[in-house]
Amino acid sequence: MKLITAVVKPHRLDEIKEALQAFGVHGLTVTEASGYGRQRGHTEVYRGAEYTVDLVPKIRIEVLVEDDDAEQLVEVVVKAARTGKIGDGKVWSIPVDTAVRVRTGERGPDAL
Amino acid sequence: MPPGITIAAEAPQLSAANTGFMLICSALVMLMTPALAFFYGGMVRVKSTLNMLMMSFISLGIVTILWVLYGFSVAFGTDKGSLIGWDPDFVGLSGIGVTELWGTYDIPVYVFAVFQLMFAVLTPALISGALADRVKFTAWALFIALWATVVYFPVAHWVWGEGGWAFELGVIDFAGGTAVHINAGAAALGVILVIGKRVGFKKDPMRPHSLPLVMLGAGLLWFGWFGFNAGSWLGNNDGVGAVMFVNTQVATAAAMLAWLAYEKIRHGAFTTLGAASGAVAGLVAITPAGGSVSPLGAIAVGAIAGVLCAMAVGWKFKLGYDDSLDVIGVHLVGGVIGSLLVGFFATGGVQSDAKGLFYGGGLDQLGKQALGVAVTFAYSLIVSAILAWVIHKTIGMRVSEDDEVSGIDQLEHAETAYDFSGAGGGSLPRTAPAAPPARTAEAAAAATKNTKVDA
Repeated sequence: MKLITAVVKPHRLDEIKEALQAFGVHGLTVTEASGYGRQRGHTEVYRGAEYTVDLVPKIRIEVLVEDDDAEQLVEVVVKAARTGKIGDGKVWSIPVDTAVRVRTGERGPDAL
Repeated sequence: MPPGITIAAEAPQLSAANTGFMLICSALVMLMTPALAFFYGGMVRVKSTLNMLMMSFISLGIVTILWVLYGFSVAFGTDKGSLIGWDPDFVGLSGIGVTELWGTYDIPVYVFAVFQLMFAVLTPALISGALADRVKFTAWALFIALWATVVYFPVAHWVWGEGGWAFELGVIDFAGGTAVHINAGAAALGVILVIGKRVGFKKDPMRPHSLPLVMLGAGLLWFGWFGFNAGSWLGNNDGVGAVMFVNTQVATAAAMLAWLAYEKIRHGAFTTLGAASGAVAGLVAITPAGGSVSPLGAIAVGAIAGVLCAMAVGWKFKLGYDDSLDVIGVHLVGGVIGSLLVGFFATGGVQSDAKGLFYGGGLDQLGKQALGVAVTFAYSLIVSAILAWVIHKTIGMRVSEDDEVSGIDQLEHAETAYDFSGAGGGSLPRTAPAAPPARTAEAAAAATKNTKVDA
């Protein structure tokens, strides 16, 4: 199994969700996150004091998939997340040792 | 407070209309203290929200009690040497008849006393904005009590008390430009010069955590201010209070627009905080002036205050004093502007016949205004700094650096302002037994058996 993690622009969530559903992924986890890459932050001004806000709001999507699907799913997510502008984010995958469905105790690919 | 409404020959009768109006105005002024709490509370970072709210709110407790015990007597009792008042009947408000009228007015003494009480509550609360994030709550409570006693009560007597030196000299302060705003602003400066800056001032970003709260506070301040200003004429027999009401609205509008315009040109955006701050700057500036200027004059007063206060809030970064929420930039500067502009824009046709420079009155009124401003500023600055220094050297004014950084709310109030986490902050009852770690799966299972208690 692999864990695909995507840190992307929040407004792309719906597209990514739809693309994953169309592919056949049954579940995912979404977390609100903040960070910066090459995009850096933006400037805000309060009573004339200017602040550079480095951390930009992002969402972090996590999906557990079978090894064979991983490469393809990374492509699916990247395609759905892309706007072509700076700040589109990153997608990566890492190997996973164990996965258990809490309700039934099923393990491995059966738990997905 | 303006000179009395003269009703020839006869003693005034209690006016139900004016009494009712003044009680409503008193309630409006009371609202300004919680409104100020929200105005300030939204401007601090999340970790000190509750402390900021409490610094204002506690004044409703402390100053109310002091006012009843002796404050009203010191401020509005029989004059002693033009500096303070004293009247044994006013101590504890115990010797005042239910239908006894205030001076030459047609409202009961009780009504005047409670209206002025609300001013006394608000003024120390104004100071708190300069002290965000770092002052021990007990030290602040002690400071409020001492400051009200040796600064606010006497200064209120100077300006509004029969026989007070500024009152007798003819300094025009309709509703509190000197006694409230310059007084609080100068005190803020005095205290921060003693206690110093917040940890990370000019280095860490200190963004307001909730501008909607700031806006809510500013809106409620604006609303309450009608009671503060229009009520300060103590009745409606001659229309002056209505002029004050109109000028309050007009100057505030002008100041908000002026602040926003300055900001747009200088910093490129119309900010919410700018709109709220501009409105408050206008309210402050029209407070001393609204009973002596025309509505067009009020536009000028508001616009000048809006621009100058917007500029003044940047001084702290250049000069290096940490006036956290700009009490000096808004209240001191706004109060000074409003008080001095009386000397230019007074028409001589509303609350008194004193004319300003632009209406052919020469420099006479301007000189009186400047003296009122300078003495109030100097007295409050020096005495407040001494009070803060004494408290700082005895019980200490500041929380420790660690506590300031991790957040004063948890330290001083044992609370946090918001709980947005679905996990409820992961709280455990304080009585949870401390079992030795077993490091076995069975022990973990046993510990969580039958603990489904979520209501």
